[in-house]
Amino acid sequence: MLKHHAKIEKNSVLLLIFTVIVISIGGIVEILPLFRKETTIEPVQGVRPYTPLELAGQNVYIREGCYNCHSQQIRALRDEVERYGHYSLAAESMYDHPFQWGSKRTGPDLARVGGKYSDDWHVQHMSNPQALVPESIMPSYPHLTTRVADLDGIADDLKALRAVGVPYSDDMISNAARDAYAQATQDSDYLDGLLERYGDKVNARNFDSQNHTSEMDALIAYLQVLGTMAELKDYKPAPARGGNQ
Amino acid sequence: MTQNEKKIDEFTGTETTGHEWDGITELDTPMPRWWLIVFYVCIIWSVGYWFWYPTWPTFSGDGERGGTVGSAQWTQYKQLEEAQAEIKALRAEYESRFEAASFKGVQSDPTLYAFALAGGKSAFGDNCATCHGTGGAGASGYPNLNDDDWLWGGTVDDIYQTVSYGIRSPHDETRFSEMPAFADILSDSEISDLAGFVAAKAAGVDMPDIGATLYADNCAVCHADNAGGDKTLGAPNLVDAIWFYGGTQGEIEAQIKKPKHGMMPAWQDRLSENTLRQLAIYVHSLGGGE
Repeated sequence: MLKHHAKIEKNSVLLLIFTVIVISIGGIVEILPLFRKETTIEPVQGVRPYTPLELAGQNVYIREGCYNCHSQQIRALRDEVERYGHYSLAAESMYDHPFQWGSKRTGPDLARVGGKYSDDWHVQHMSNPQALVPESIMPSYPHLTTRVADLDGIADDLKALRAVGVPYSDDMISNAARDAYAQATQDSDYLDGLLERYGDKVNARNFDSQNHTSEMDALIAYLQVLGTMAELKDYKPAPARGGNQ
Repeated sequence: MTQNEKKIDEFTGTETTGHEWDGITELDTPMPRWWLIVFYVCIIWSVGYWFWYPTWPTFSGDGERGGTVGSAQWTQYKQLEEAQAEIKALRAEYESRFEAASFKGVQSDPTLYAFALAGGKSAFGDNCATCHGTGGAGASGYPNLNDDDWLWGGTVDDIYQTVSYGIRSPHDETRFSEMPAFADILSDSEISDLAGFVAAKAAGVDMPDIGATLYADNCAVCHADNAGGDKTLGAPNLVDAIWFYGGTQGEIEAQIKKPKHGMMPAWQDRLSENTLRQLAIYVHSLGGGE
């Protein structure tokens, strides 16, 4: 058989045909599953698109490079579930663009950090992590409390995400900036609209206790919702033969 | 090119490729036999793997949310369950007794007590140490759990209640209290007098002046006449020289004017019942348990 290899080497058309066949196999293996992507997203209740303020927080999270040290993906492994809680579901990051999974953890996983610590703790910890956790090697981010969150243009972010499939309604987009400020205000007059659009479970309060809506507000709003949307108590993993059941 | 004639190199006895450049020929040394065997075994192995594990995406979607199932019926969730079953079996011996025992019962049984402390310490490290410190020594705004000064009570039951439902947390059963902002109620000079009175009282000096009257009118209802606090309201003891938000005149004034209200999350939905009970016993053991 090996002797026939010379024929392929000397016939460029034959070589081309076989090359295309080999590359196609690799391509099909990578591309075919994408057509079945919806079957990999678990049917779990409660996951909603991020509110505009949470989205602004995610932008800060990405800009500051938090993902370089923190993953948002609890794997279905015993030690991870023991420490962080229920393993992450694909449904929980289906509205993340880009997703914040990861395989490198210098800091702890943040997939379920929402509600784990108080807002004040987050403010103090971000401003000076070592004041609360002396052994921490996390850098400090005090500038987040002084920088005003970029919320006036947040509607454009919603539009961009809608273009890639996140179900933001026209109503959500036209009210984006107002919803963002409402969420960072204690007892805002516009709170009802926010809750109507994003659900009653939305955390709406002055996260950093300052008078202006800072990037700290946005980031904490984002962190406090992580891992809290999906109603995991009702969730049962599909059995081995369960795709359509 | 002389494809079909074998040419043997006379010095090594190895076949050549037949290529020749200026009298130099290329040896066609075969792969070592052991290497070839491993290579072919791997190929055969991979075929078995296709059938044994979920491998191929399909359009009918039969396996773990689409794709072939594999005859092993393997899913990562099953693997997790099996791994968890191992440690559950190890813990089961203690856990059934632990669940049946009261806090007192656990504390009087050395085996169960050791089990509770070990579990509590481990859960404390990941969930509580970030605020209360690795050793439970706390920080400004985060109570020290080693001393015998308790805001909401230091019995195991009190601690269990606090850990489960939190303080000013979003949980319906949370412990809750809120000191009014006296900046809206008293004048600056009155607040200054009051803070002076409280600081002096903490230092063991009773000042029967305007501060005392202000204290009796505004503070005593929660913090008690003797300023010893009230654990049912979460009102701190003001005379034990342990300060939550600082004990200088300025810090006391700031707290009277616009009090800071710490928040502790509720852990009931995050941790298991057994872990909550282990934590209560562990925290109680840190030094100040009542």
